[in-house]
Amino acid sequence: MSQAADLPLWAAIAVSAFLLLGSALALIGTIGLTRLQSFYERLHAPTLGTSWGTGGVVMASMIFFTVTEARPVFQEILIGIFVTVTTPVTLMLLAQAALHRDRAEANPEVPPWATAGTDLEKDAPGAVD
Amino acid sequence: MSVLPYPLLSLSLVLMWMALNSFTIGHLLLGSVIATFASWGMAALRPHKPHIRRWHLLPYLIGIVLIDIVRSNIAVVSIIVAGRRQRQRSGFLTIHLDLKDQTALAILAVIVTSTPGTAWLEYNSSNGTLLIHVLDLVDEQEWTDLVKNRYERLLMEIFE
Amino acid sequence: MSAIILYYALTAAHVMLSLAMALALLRMIRGPRAQDRVLGLDTLYVNSMLLLLTFGIGSGRTIYFEAALIIGLLGFVATVALAKFLMRGEVIE
Repeated sequence: MSQAADLPLWAAIAVSAFLLLGSALALIGTIGLTRLQSFYERLHAPTLGTSWGTGGVVMASMIFFTVTEARPVFQEILIGIFVTVTTPVTLMLLAQAALHRDRAEANPEVPPWATAGTDLEKDAPGAVD
Repeated sequence: MSVLPYPLLSLSLVLMWMALNSFTIGHLLLGSVIATFASWGMAALRPHKPHIRRWHLLPYLIGIVLIDIVRSNIAVVSIIVAGRRQRQRSGFLTIHLDLKDQTALAILAVIVTSTPGTAWLEYNSSNGTLLIHVLDLVDEQEWTDLVKNRYERLLMEIFE
Repeated sequence: MSAIILYYALTAAHVMLSLAMALALLRMIRGPRAQDRVLGLDTLYVNSMLLLLTFGIGSGRTIYFEAALIIGLLGFVATVALAKFLMRGEVIE
């Protein structure tokens, strides 16, 4: 907390507001992860933490270091871009893995492989039984 | 082979290198060398090269995506906080996409997934069918319109 | 004045993010299926990355960014490998 003392009041308020917003969103997202009923519903919960949850904390950090060191800080933007680009990839892969597993077990809640109008039906991943 | 096959990639690599280290002449030179070699390596992989036709629409796309992320953040927070009183409203939704460009599809996937409340599950490229999961599926037409009219039309204008 | 505001905000953020990590861990333990556990692990990684960023604000040192970046990278690679494993039953084929 060495540099916090010479932080102007407006910057302290802005940093705190973004910090609280970001961590509250991350917490609510994780609460959703524990409370929602099915896997596909739970898939939506972490995106709260990775969209504006990360955005809030990254903004807070950028404001803090830009004001205290009196120079622009870019590392946080990298973290923000990195999280924005990687989260869809992980969530999509996880969703596809879950779909594949549910179809292999012929779970009735999951829609079949979208094959309308094609002849792909014979090698659809759902046709296991 | 041209010297810089992917100028945008090289530029962003130089910027990333200097953001991770420091903004000095030395790191500019070192970063440029690395970015040049990296873009040659990228060219050897021969990926599908995107063609952005209308640059001026990109800020508009980023703007509406940011607004939508804020809106759906609020919507998903209210659903999670409200808890179990309103259950069984989530569901799967199949959408037929006319978009064919691979880069545009990747961007659409990033948009759909990073917006809380919608998750991209799978895309069948042989017939253009997309399966998404929606947390708050009250009106199917509304979500289809969102993807088709709000994002897909804009992406088609930019890329095709 | 600003130091006090920042101190309370940081403490609140630490508590909230630690709680979020605990809840993600709970989802990892409870399951019920393997994909739920992987999703919990991914959320755990993201939350710990955010916690490291708040540590960086608290200490005023930029060394935490590198740690956050590495945590983010490792989380991404780990989740992708685990998702691949769930889909095929093996990572290297």
